[in-house]
Amino acid sequence: MRHKYRHIVLLSPVLFWLIIFFILPLISIFIFSFLERDTYGGIRWIFTFENYLRFFDGVYLKTFWRSVSTAFVCTAICLLVGYPFAYYLACYRPKWRNVLLILVVVPFLTNFLIRTYAWILILRTEGLLNSFLTFLIPDIQPLELLNTPIAVQIGLIYGYLPFMILPLYAALEQLDMSLIDAAKDLGASPRHAFWHITLPLSLPGILAGSMLVFIPTVGAFLTPDLLGGGKVNYIGNVIEGQFKSSRDYPFGSALSFMLMVIVTAGTVLYFRALRDSDPAEN
Amino acid sequence: MKRLLQFNIVIVFLFLYIPILVVVVFSFNSGNQIAVWEGFSLEWYGKMFKNRDVLDTCKYSLIIAGLATLISTIIGTAAALALEKHRFLLRSAVIRLLYLPLIIPDIVLAIALLMFYNSVNIPLGLTSVILAHVVFNVAYVTIVVRARLQGYDYTVEEAALDLGANEWQTFWRITLPLIAPGIVGGALLAFTLSIDDFVITFFTTGVGKTTLSVYIYSSIKFGLTPELNAISSVLLVNSIVFVLLFVGFRGKTRQG
Repeated sequence: MRHKYRHIVLLSPVLFWLIIFFILPLISIFIFSFLERDTYGGIRWIFTFENYLRFFDGVYLKTFWRSVSTAFVCTAICLLVGYPFAYYLACYRPKWRNVLLILVVVPFLTNFLIRTYAWILILRTEGLLNSFLTFLIPDIQPLELLNTPIAVQIGLIYGYLPFMILPLYAALEQLDMSLIDAAKDLGASPRHAFWHITLPLSLPGILAGSMLVFIPTVGAFLTPDLLGGGKVNYIGNVIEGQFKSSRDYPFGSALSFMLMVIVTAGTVLYFRALRDSDPAEN
Repeated sequence: MKRLLQFNIVIVFLFLYIPILVVVVFSFNSGNQIAVWEGFSLEWYGKMFKNRDVLDTCKYSLIIAGLATLISTIIGTAAALALEKHRFLLRSAVIRLLYLPLIIPDIVLAIALLMFYNSVNIPLGLTSVILAHVVFNVAYVTIVVRARLQGYDYTVEEAALDLGANEWQTFWRITLPLIAPGIVGGALLAFTLSIDDFVITFFTTGVGKTTLSVYIYSSIKFGLTPELNAISSVLLVNSIVFVLLFVGFRGKTRQG
């Protein structure tokens, strides 16, 4: 604080970088989303709302809905599996707690592409799951799971479960256990204490985890691409298609922009819910 | 109840680790099947080390991750210092801008950069990928270094200044060594994320010089071979080592 303008010097490289390589690109897709496509896959500088009208035209709305509902199911399952997991680590405090936590983090920082590829080996018709099932029940019909919405759902849950567990653990770990003891002393059943004390106090963790799972899964591209095999469309793949195969840049830009709006709206709602759920702020 | 919770823990770990184990186990498979066990062999590792494409893309991955990490570590550390040591107008707006790349879906960031490069005529290649990686890496570096600075005792700096050190000496001899674990941790995280990134690289890369992740993607798409298991295992082990190093440095961060 000796020098009044030091923070400007320290911040200017980052700001310079983000303005040029982040803000300007976002502005450019916003502009492109109002332009027309020309016949050779380029862009014509004519203003139009066509790209947004096309978005509200049935097929794409359905795709958006599929992505949002898939992300929603994924978030719900991650919460159902992740909450008991985090609860056990935080409340029963097993000896290997820190090791277990690191073991949750490790897969989440290893190559996502490879972890998704692993599921191809497992879910293929001639893959490991079917070999295992045939081993158990020799006459079973092999399951056709790869390239279905179920495969995509499994891949997404697999990829994002750690994002749910970590904030839940952080919230539950800070929980004051004496509150639960107090509730029990005052005659609350364990179930009652859980629903009225533990769960409400861990709400910030639930919200944070849900947001961290929901946001990347709505716009997921790789999982639907590899495990859905391009047979079922999700918003991420439709956007990719506009740039790699259909060459309709303005429409692809409009779709990207809509995706960004959904995700940003979700984030704003999240922060609002977080503020409302925080007892300290009320 | 406790038994049920423990059962859930076991199931979650099986779910998280079986796919990784499958890839590693089948990388030692002999024969041409990607997931039918035929016997132990190191054949595919041998093939991998002779594959020109693998070696080249691996080299480009390292160049991209190395340079992107270097740039983002320097500018991210500077940003963290500014944010933690100074209170100024628009500070929270700057924080929001810094972390925004983490909220925007990968695919949107990738497309936006692609369109931007096209419209300002930046050719797609190694440089365009490095420029893009810094955008998301810088956020992670800033988060990790800021965390380190939050437990930081500023009186040490004042003491150094009182004892006659100039600001430059204070920075190099006091501040930097004290926050070094945070910086190294942030750099390790950035490097791992950069090596593993696929979506952003896929859209901002040119024809020819590309990364190992993009090479793996095209191999998955256009013909699975057991060699892929070997390449994947090497990458998995690589990121696990980096994660453990990162955890080690974060551990130091907490103690400090």
